Amino acid sequence: MQNIIKSIEEEYYKKDLPRFGPGDTVKVHVKVVEGTRERLQVFEGTVIKIRGTGLSQTFTVRRTTSGVGVERTFPLHSPKIARIEVTRRGKVRRGRLYYLRQLTGKKARVKEKGRY
Amino acid sequence: MTTKKKAIMGIKIGMTQIFDENDKAVPVSIIEAGPCTVLQKKKVESDGYESIQVGFYNLKEKLANKPARGHFKKANVKPLRYIKEFRIDNVDEYDVGQEITADIFAAGDLVDVIGTSKGKGFAGGVKRHNFARGSMGHGSKYHRRPGSLGAKGPARVFKGRKLPGRLGGERVTVQGLKVVKVYPDRNLILIKGSIPGPKRGFVIIKNSVKEK
Repeated sequence: MQNIIKSIEEEYYKKDLPRFGPGDTVKVHVKVVEGTRERLQVFEGTVIKIRGTGLSQTFTVRRTTSGVGVERTFPLHSPKIARIEVTRRGKVRRGRLYYLRQLTGKKARVKEKGRY
Repeated sequence: MTTKKKAIMGIKIGMTQIFDENDKAVPVSIIEAGPCTVLQKKKVESDGYESIQVGFYNLKEKLANKPARGHFKKANVKPLRYIKEFRIDNVDEYDVGQEITADIFAAGDLVDVIGTSKGKGFAGGVKRHNFARGSMGHGSKYHRRPGSLGAKGPARVFKGRKLPGRLGGERVTVQGLKVVKVYPDRNLILIKGSIPGPKRGFVIIKNSVKEK
């Protein structure tokens, strides 16, 4: 039974996803349909949450645009996402970075993970 | 004119989520439907009405009792676990021994799904009839009780009063569900939304009465 479910989900998984986690800065290339034209829109920000497993896994990206915090949640395997780019690895100590919502300016930064 | 009546039996496999043609995530129930075998045709002349009798799901030879074994032998098929009758208006299009497969439905069709809901045992009014719950705090000790049973005047409780009791484990029909995808070679039908019953539960899929 589970095999049947898995085999159906298999068709929808993305195989070329980069590994990223909370605290990382990512560029998400989203397909946007405007009338009849389709174009790519880039949403760049910090990953503050990854939830779920399998096909229903989603991640939330937060960015601050002109003083206003914007969060977008994407299904990880959504065909609407053309590409995900990891631009910066962040060093964080928890899985959900909700504390960033309370912080602004210089404090709302995530330390970069050093290479070792 | 509405589409021709059609029906198929199946086993509920479970639920998952897929992405549709608009790239939107859709919750789907997976049903392993068919192949069902026509066992008998009932006709107006002999039975007073028209229908087809259909069997589904292989059964071990020794588990079928003698009368059933004879019945299967008559149709020249192996024993099957579930036998149901469908009143279909185009009986002539079916022959005894013919197989009904999942490809009678296509993506976009509206269907009704019939199953036996999960048994919940003896359930209170809150769960069984969506009664409102009392306050859990503020000094209240009235939490999940059924409330008043009626007026004082009649000095009795009227029949049909909603009270706690057995919930679930009964035949349930969910109407107007959309077929999202069909895998004819694997006998799988994906239907948007939830359907009654547990995994491995027996279900019947019919074209919807709400279909226009």
